[in-house]
Amino acid sequence: MTKSPIIVANGVGKAFGDFHALTDVHMTVHKNERVVVCGPSGSGKSTLIRCFNGLENHSSGNLTVDGIELYPDSPEIRQLRQDVGMVFQQFNLFPHLTVLENLMIGPMKVRKLDRAQAEATARKYLERVRIPEQADKRPAQLSGGQQQRVAIARALCMEPRVMLFDEPTSALDPEMIGEVLDVMVELADTGMTMVVVTHEMGFARKVADTMVFMEAGRIVETSPPETFFTNPTSDRARMFLDQILEH
Amino acid sequence: MPVPRPVTFTRIVNTTPVAVVLYVMIVAVIVWASYTGAQQMGYNWQWYQIPKYFYRFTDDGFQVGEIITGLWATIVLSLTSFILATVLGLGVALLRLSGLVVGKGVAVTYLEFVRNIPLLVLLYLFYYVLGPVFGFDRWTAAVLTLAVFHSALISEIFRAGINSVANGQWEAAASIGMSRAQAYRYIILPQSVRFMLPPLTGEVVHLIKSSAIVSVIAVAELTTIGRNIISDTYMSFEVWFTIAAVYLALTLVLSFGVSAVEKRFQSET
Repeated sequence: MTKSPIIVANGVGKAFGDFHALTDVHMTVHKNERVVVCGPSGSGKSTLIRCFNGLENHSSGNLTVDGIELYPDSPEIRQLRQDVGMVFQQFNLFPHLTVLENLMIGPMKVRKLDRAQAEATARKYLERVRIPEQADKRPAQLSGGQQQRVAIARALCMEPRVMLFDEPTSALDPEMIGEVLDVMVELADTGMTMVVVTHEMGFARKVADTMVFMEAGRIVETSPPETFFTNPTSDRARMFLDQILEH
Repeated sequence: MPVPRPVTFTRIVNTTPVAVVLYVMIVAVIVWASYTGAQQMGYNWQWYQIPKYFYRFTDDGFQVGEIITGLWATIVLSLTSFILATVLGLGVALLRLSGLVVGKGVAVTYLEFVRNIPLLVLLYLFYYVLGPVFGFDRWTAAVLTLAVFHSALISEIFRAGINSVANGQWEAAASIGMSRAQAYRYIILPQSVRFMLPPLTGEVVHLIKSSAIVSVIAVAELTTIGRNIISDTYMSFEVWFTIAAVYLALTLVLSFGVSAVEKRFQSET
């Protein structure tokens, strides 16, 4: 595996007033690496990956993504976001546009592709997430699982170099989680660099190169999945795994 | 078996036949009161004079009467002012939401200033002060007054509409690299129209009604025409009833039209 770092967090901290959502986070994500971030709720997982594309501004430390050093209101942030795809817990599809238009609007308005090119790309990725037949529907007419797959396709249409997933299956009905995870596994197989915040430990076992465990805004443990799942070094991670793997 | 509900006063009054009877009675009382009142004054009703102010046939053929001309002027005046007010209102709303301290300051000052001056005083300001200073005529003064006055209200409608779009939409737009302006144009504004349309209609109706005030600077719109006819004929009862009915017809048609558009809009989304 080539070891070129794409995301480098060096002592990153984030404070909301007196509350420290992130404290001294060190993390490196290399090209083609799949990192799964887990931890109890409120541990700062979402805040961390939202910092990676500037949806949150970190308040201390250095954060470099795709060679661009991030700081609040940095003018390069828009350029960066075009290359960093994001999938949200609540899908956040554009309800006034059809599925196809949801996928085309970024490439057309931001990448300035012409309509035919944008549509070809959109159809390609709709095929990839296995819902080409839904192209002309509105998001509200789709199931949650389908909406999340559209959201993944929307991010992919920008041809990103990294994909960030912020609890992509947490808002889904249980029977729809599988279809979304399948698409994500396939995406991982194509070699996409991915940072995934999730509680789906089965998925993590299958695709993760690195597991990151967070608690109270700090990274408690970073280890390969074999170690993490069988013999975690921290007691806290062991307790967490006991809690969620019991069921 | 349906759950028995107690027979209450409200439920009786709300049935259609009772409502219609009540409505007819109320209207009858008003009409009767004004007629007997006028009778006691010895008022000489001349309704037959009114139609010629709508249209007349002369040797030159069909001619549009003064009231129709005035109605047209009111429509043009209101429409021009509304378009200008919308542009101004959008600008003020965007300034206020811009996150710039200066932008917000300017917007809030403008809003407080406009909202806390009586419309009539604002009109005098534009006509007697700014008019001579910048050299514009009474029509322009009227349009500007109405536009400025209503832009304050419209900007609040825009602000509320924009704020009612979920924050996740901003984040989604940002996450595909859109600028703030692009997010507004392609994502936020198209969605907020749905929230803005009903209060904006109300604002158009409000604007049409407040446009009557420009008659004090003799802009030749519907109300001014009414005053002119009365000063010629002394038929104040007939003319004011008629003018009121024309305003009512205009605003009702508008409300129905827009609610039809709204229904179509809602079924689309």
